[in-house]
Amino acid sequence: MQKVFVAADNIVSPLGNTTLQNYEQVLLGNSGISLHDNAAYAAAPFYAAMLAPGQLASYTGSNNLNDYTKFERLLIASVSAALPQTDIPLQSNRTGLIVSTTKGNIELLEQGEAAGSAAPVAHMQLGYSARRVAAFFGITNEPVVVSSACISGLVAILTAKRLISAGVYDHVIVTGADVLTRFVLSGFQSFQAVSAAPCRPFDAARNGVTLGEGAATVILTTSEALSKDFVLGTGAVSNDANHISGPSRTGEELAAAMKLALEGSGISPEKLGFVSAHGTATLYNDEMEAKALHHAGLANIPVNSLKGYYGHTLGAAGLIEAIVSMKALKEGVILPTKNYETSGVSMPVKISNAIASTQARHFLKTVSGFGGCNAAMVFSLIS
Amino acid sequence: MSNSAYITGTCIIRENKIFLNDKLVWEGEGPGLQELLRAAYDHFSGQYPKFHKMDPLSKLGWLAAEVLLKDSPVLQLPKEAVGMVLSNRSASLDTDFRYYATVKDIASPALFVYTLPNIVMGEICIRHGFKGENTFFVSEQFDAALLTTYAAQLLAETPLQACLVAWVEVLEHRYEVAMALVERSGTQPLTAAALNFLYNKKI
Repeated sequence: MQKVFVAADNIVSPLGNTTLQNYEQVLLGNSGISLHDNAAYAAAPFYAAMLAPGQLASYTGSNNLNDYTKFERLLIASVSAALPQTDIPLQSNRTGLIVSTTKGNIELLEQGEAAGSAAPVAHMQLGYSARRVAAFFGITNEPVVVSSACISGLVAILTAKRLISAGVYDHVIVTGADVLTRFVLSGFQSFQAVSAAPCRPFDAARNGVTLGEGAATVILTTSEALSKDFVLGTGAVSNDANHISGPSRTGEELAAAMKLALEGSGISPEKLGFVSAHGTATLYNDEMEAKALHHAGLANIPVNSLKGYYGHTLGAAGLIEAIVSMKALKEGVILPTKNYETSGVSMPVKISNAIASTQARHFLKTVSGFGGCNAAMVFSLIS
Repeated sequence: MSNSAYITGTCIIRENKIFLNDKLVWEGEGPGLQELLRAAYDHFSGQYPKFHKMDPLSKLGWLAAEVLLKDSPVLQLPKEAVGMVLSNRSASLDTDFRYYATVKDIASPALFVYTLPNIVMGEICIRHGFKGENTFFVSEQFDAALLTTYAAQLLAETPLQACLVAWVEVLEHRYEVAMALVERSGTQPLTAAALNFLYNKKI
């Protein structure tokens, strides 16, 4: 099968606007999460990982992006930072753009309400934003948008790999972003799913998600000459077929995706340095993941969740977490799960809570989301 | 890649009519989408109370799958061997607007959960127990090439033996569904031209 390599990557988040800055902040144990008291988002103070005022503008620098929404500027900032790391043709029918997001320009709904005049519906269409971002970079191919809830970021990488395998593209820019909005915050609050303190994945005291915002990009290529450190393994998607807003009771469906990813990649569990889990810190999600890790034979493999550093960045989460994990594995590091102290899941799993070292060449990234969807994918250092 | 994906059934819902494999199987008396959904549900199912909690996007996709898969051998396949690739233009905006209208007062969790376009896939999976691959694409126009390529790739490299491939779009009073059942064997090859023909068919 056609090998697909990672040629470049970037993260734009409260922790920085390069992969290295982000990794260094995570390694120091710093988090983008802080307490916010802003009536535009919620009546009461809330914890979230949000870009500081002016932070995104400082990232986009000399580019005049006044005509773009915050969502589009996040994508542009991230892709702009990734492109100079490699050399792929943008105006080529062999180069694709895949955008991952859950809510795109939904901020316009709120801004329209505040301004007393509704934004055009067309500007809230995800395809509209994707086309604008493609045009900004002169990408000639029709962009593809993946919107599969919280698994979108990882599924976007998997989609790129499959479209390359199918012979559609030689190079794909995969980028994803979501903006923290009143829309999303109020929704998670309506579910009683937002933690009153910074989220604590897999911990006994966990009581919900902390939301975040950000963008991330990976540039994928078939060209070994352009490859940096990683080659994509197999990925898989499954559905719980159980409940639209609650995870599987058994974790068997996420486990099935994990097993397909490992078997397809020819990797036995002990070859994994770690599993980068979804770990949202809701009671039910983390419990389901612990069961899935067991079913997939991964109970003894170190597991981390990066939500304590970034919050849940929705459509960007799979991308951000895969990129930080790639950097960590390259450095031989297993990152700790910030805010985790005591196991709060019924199956014993090996939650990483201190920096550890690994010689392993592979890690597994997993995500799960509303609609009962799960995805898992292996990332391997090029030998 | 060898062509091992075939269209084995189709369902279109548009302009108050439902077509199964090109045959008109239901015509609503109108006037709107809600009336069509309710009447067609009563006719084709009537046995699934969860339907009434769904948003219009989920109802539309669910209904098309219901019509297309009735008595289908696909229902006997291993649950991991059935998946779907769905797409539309407006994601979940139709419900997003309705949800956001509740935020000023008491935000509605029952609406919020439908503010993601992939929920329709979750509803179809719950109905039939399908546990295979599922992905939702959003595009400004019906992208037959993407749907064809991606579905064929799924049948070629994953355990999927059957895949629902569909455009399920709703925004306020405008709606349309074009759904194809795709399998590894059959007589009509899955091609972009075939999907475009299905989508553009005059009814």
